[in-house]
Amino acid sequence: MTRRSINWFKYTSPASFYPLAGKLIPWFAVATALLLAAGLFIGFFVAPTDFQQGDAYRIIYIHVPAAWMAMFLYLLMALYAGLGLAFNARLWSMMASAIASTGALFAFLSLWTGALWGKPMWGTWWVWDARLTSTLILFFLYLGFLSLQAMIEDPRRADRAGALLALVGAVNVPIIYFSVQWWNTLHQGASLRLGKSPSIAPVMLAALLIMIAACWMYSITVTLMRVRCIILERERNAPWVGELLREAK
Amino acid sequence: MLATLRWVIQRDTTLAWRGRAGVLSTLFFFVIVVSLFPLGVGPEMNVLRMIAPGVVWVAALLASMLSLDRMFAHDYLDGSLEQLMLTPQPLSLVVMGKIIAHWLATGAPLALIAPLLGVQFDLPPRALLVLVASLLLGTPALSLIGAIGAALTLGLRGGGVLVSLLVLPLCIPVLIFGAGAVEASISGASAEPHLSLLGAVLLLALLFAPWATAAALRISLE
Repeated sequence: MTRRSINWFKYTSPASFYPLAGKLIPWFAVATALLLAAGLFIGFFVAPTDFQQGDAYRIIYIHVPAAWMAMFLYLLMALYAGLGLAFNARLWSMMASAIASTGALFAFLSLWTGALWGKPMWGTWWVWDARLTSTLILFFLYLGFLSLQAMIEDPRRADRAGALLALVGAVNVPIIYFSVQWWNTLHQGASLRLGKSPSIAPVMLAALLIMIAACWMYSITVTLMRVRCIILERERNAPWVGELLREAK
Repeated sequence: MLATLRWVIQRDTTLAWRGRAGVLSTLFFFVIVVSLFPLGVGPEMNVLRMIAPGVVWVAALLASMLSLDRMFAHDYLDGSLEQLMLTPQPLSLVVMGKIIAHWLATGAPLALIAPLLGVQFDLPPRALLVLVASLLLGTPALSLIGAIGAALTLGLRGGGVLVSLLVLPLCIPVLIFGAGAVEASISGASAEPHLSLLGAVLLLALLFAPWATAAALRISLE
C-alpha cells in the first residue's frame, strides 16, 4: 500500500521543481485569465451601482483583493522563509524571494487604489488612518526585505538574513497593526468578516470573491515564473541546467 | 552567567568612554535635529508645544539608528567579535551585554538631556517628567530592535542606510506609544496607559531581540 504515496520531498529540490513549475504555469495562467474576465465582467456590468458611493465604489474589486493579498503574501513569504531557514532548503528560500516582489506590488496597488477611492469618498487622496498607515508600513517592510536581499551578494546569506527579517517582521505586524489602530482610526469598517453576515449585496460579494481568487491565481502564476528564473540564475553551474540549455538550442 | 554579562557591559562601556567623541556626536545630532524644527516650522509657541513630543521622539529614533553601526562593526573589523562568539557562554547573553552597553552610551544620555529640549518647546513640568520616563522606557527597546538590524547588515557595503530602512518600520509602535504618552500628559489625560504599553513592548523586545540578534550574527559571520 505504501506504493501509492508520492514522494513530495522530491519536489523540494530545484532540479525537479523547475520542470514541475513549468508544467503548472499554463494552468494557473488560464485560471487567472478566466477568473479575471469573469470578476471584471460581474463587477462592471452586473453588479448594481452603490446607493451611497455611486460607481466609484467599483474600485473595491481591485482594492480589497490587493490589500488582502499584500497581507497574506507577507505571511506566506515569512512561512516559506522560515521553512527555508529551519530545514536549510534552498527552494523554499527561493520561493520567499519570489513572493516578495509580488507582495510589494500588491501593497503598492492597494495604497494607490485606496488613494483613488479616497478622493471622491473623503475628498482627499491620503488620510493618516490606521489601515492606510499599516498598509504603508507593510509596504516598507517589503521594501526592507527586498533591499536587504539585494544588498547581500552571497545568496545563502541573503536567504537566511532575509528569512530572519521576515520572521521578525511577521511577529511585529500584529503589534504595529494594533498600535496604529489605537493611534487613529477613520477607515470604514471591514465589509467582509468571518462569522458575520457580510454587509454588501450578494452580487457584489460574488464579484469580490472571484476577483480575490483571480489575484491568488495571478500571484501563484507570477511567483512560479519568478522562482524558475531564480532557480536558473542560482543553479547556473549545475549540470542539469547546462543540459537544459543545450536542449533549448 | 551574570559575570559574563557584567564583563561584556564593562568592556563595551569602557570602549565607549575611551571613544567619547562618537557618543557625544550622537547626542549633538539629537540636540541639533530637535533645535532645527522651530527654525523650519516657525516660532509659534502653541504649534511648537503641539509638535514637541513627536519631534523629540522622532529625533531620538533617528539618533539611535545613527549609532547602531557602532554596536558590532568595530568588533567585527578587528576580529574580536568572532572571539566573543567562541565563548562557551550563550551568544544571546553576550549580545544582551552589548545592547545594554549601547543603550548606556546612547539612549540614557538622550533621555537625560531631553528635558532641556522640552523646555525649548515650552512643555509643562509634568510633561517633561513623562518625556524622560517614556524615553527611559522606549530607548532600550529601540536599541534591542536595532541590534537585530545591525547584526543582519554586518559587513555590508552601504549597511548604514540599509539598517535604518530595516529597523525604522519595526520601531513604529515604540514611537507611537512614546510620543502618545507625552501628548496625553500635555492634554491633561493620564500618560499611564501609553507608558504601560511602552513597557510591554520593551519586555517583548527583551525576550526576543537578544535571541534573534544572536541568530543574525551567526548568519552574518558564517
